[in-house]
Amino acid sequence: MPAVIPEDSVGIVEPQSIEFDSPLQLQCGRVLENYHLIVETYGTLNEDKSNAILICHALSGNHHVAGYHSMEDKKPGWWDSAIGPGKPIDTNKFFVIGLNNLGGCHGSSGPNQTNPETGKPYGPDFPIVTVNDWVESQARLADYYGIEQFAAVIGGSLGGMQAMQWAINYPDRLRHCMVIAAAPKLSAQNIAFNEVARQAISQDPQFYNGHYYEKDEVPKVGLMLARMLGHITYLSDDGMRSKFGRELRSGQISYDFTPQFEVESYLRYQGERFSTAFDANTYLLMTKALDYFDPAAEAGNSLPAALEKAKAKFMVISFTTDWRFSPGRSREIVDALVEADKQVSYAEIDAAHGHDAFLIPIPRYLDVFRAYMERVEADTPFQEAN
Amino acid sequence: MRADLDLIKDWVEPGTRVLDLCCGDGELLHHLHTVKNATGYGLEIGHDNITQCISKGVNVIEKDIEEGLASIKDNTFDTVVMTQAIQIMMRPDEIVEEMLRIGKECIVTFPNFGHWRARGYLAFRGKMPVSKFLPYTWYNTPNTHFCTFKDFERLCIEKNIYIKERTVVDNEHQHRWWIHLWPNMLGEIAIYRITK
Repeated sequence: MPAVIPEDSVGIVEPQSIEFDSPLQLQCGRVLENYHLIVETYGTLNEDKSNAILICHALSGNHHVAGYHSMEDKKPGWWDSAIGPGKPIDTNKFFVIGLNNLGGCHGSSGPNQTNPETGKPYGPDFPIVTVNDWVESQARLADYYGIEQFAAVIGGSLGGMQAMQWAINYPDRLRHCMVIAAAPKLSAQNIAFNEVARQAISQDPQFYNGHYYEKDEVPKVGLMLARMLGHITYLSDDGMRSKFGRELRSGQISYDFTPQFEVESYLRYQGERFSTAFDANTYLLMTKALDYFDPAAEAGNSLPAALEKAKAKFMVISFTTDWRFSPGRSREIVDALVEADKQVSYAEIDAAHGHDAFLIPIPRYLDVFRAYMERVEADTPFQEAN
Repeated sequence: MRADLDLIKDWVEPGTRVLDLCCGDGELLHHLHTVKNATGYGLEIGHDNITQCISKGVNVIEKDIEEGLASIKDNTFDTVVMTQAIQIMMRPDEIVEEMLRIGKECIVTFPNFGHWRARGYLAFRGKMPVSKFLPYTWYNTPNTHFCTFKDFERLCIEKNIYIKERTVVDNEHQHRWWIHLWPNMLGEIAIYRITK
């Protein structure tokens, strides 16, 4: 709820829905005959369309990356700290595109949208989409704007995986690739956490095998549990200790099962808020896209071989207390890029915030980000924005 | 441009793939890229240095080389460089061996503790040498493994390392004819080009 819009904000923004009529062949074998993507853009596309930046979102993200939808908005977009006039991704210089991925629940074709063939919500019948499918749909979005080559494709977490896949699938269509708090593939532990989250949702009696829309119900408890579990993996042990410690809400232990520790009520609050704002079928799809991401698998299980085709310059960033995708996972990406003789820089940012750190304006993180974006700018043949 | 960095460029072939250990603000790599079209990376842990490398367009990887270089495969680089840093390493001998494993050729520069000024300081004052060039006192110096040119060359013999070239300069990185009369006494900085 900004009383006034801050000067370094992109201001009030409006999403736009774009229809795509040519069929999209998906990796799972199915075809989406037509689909729509909801997008937001910030800044101005220059005449030779060379200043475009694509932002790829993570598991629960969406197209609302920066700015406000109205003066009543409580919070700006999810990466407002990095995007705006004078911010690291400077909208005075770049044209920034944020979208909601296919299968999402914020307006792009996905389980909670109407299937044009049946007139009913897709629900669980929405096809399984992969990072490759997203990149393909994003490439068509670039075509829609007439963008032949992005100045940069940037993402954190699952978004970073999309950026990496972009560099592999479309080597000529991006000059820079920024992979933040990501991993080259999920570990067994990562997949295990996802599976518990999926079970929490699908075992909820109100899930109805994904057909809860018709029943006018929501598997709220399942989604809440999935989010509570996920949220623990986004924070760090240190971060939780300093934020909550063993603080009690009422100052004393009550010897019953009501939430007494601050951390308990925090997680419940986060889970409940999420359960009313997110779609259960989308959560299942997104976690599957994460599980299936493994570009090395398509190149004889060799990540350097997978990255061989890439032409972009890479910036890889990790955070010290991130244990979901630890610095070691980012170093795997960096080592593979070095082995493949690609241009790469890597920074490991000290932060107590765990995986969530990639969304937090940590001074050194923003310094590195800004320095790299200046390099992106230097590689952009700039014309005056129209 | 630091003069030792300028001397190094003469030993780097055009288009060489370089790894610069403790690359600082990326000056050498930037220079080698500009004049020799060299590619490669710098390894560095200083935060400000890393940001400056990125600003210059130098590929920099945040990595503490004391943790080892095992993730880099044999002969990945044409040239591995370490300027003025071998004396701060925990195990200079192991680092030199690792450098020669991942690079076909290595360039190492370090200050000479056998220089007459250092010898005189210790001989006459009875204290560890402190100078403009070596400004630290014994208890706070990062330079834990000082050596002389003779010491370094002894190490090379023990490890079967071949010294392709050596240049010895004074503290202004200038060649002086008289240094070559007695390099271990008169030279302040050595630049070695070594291979296995």
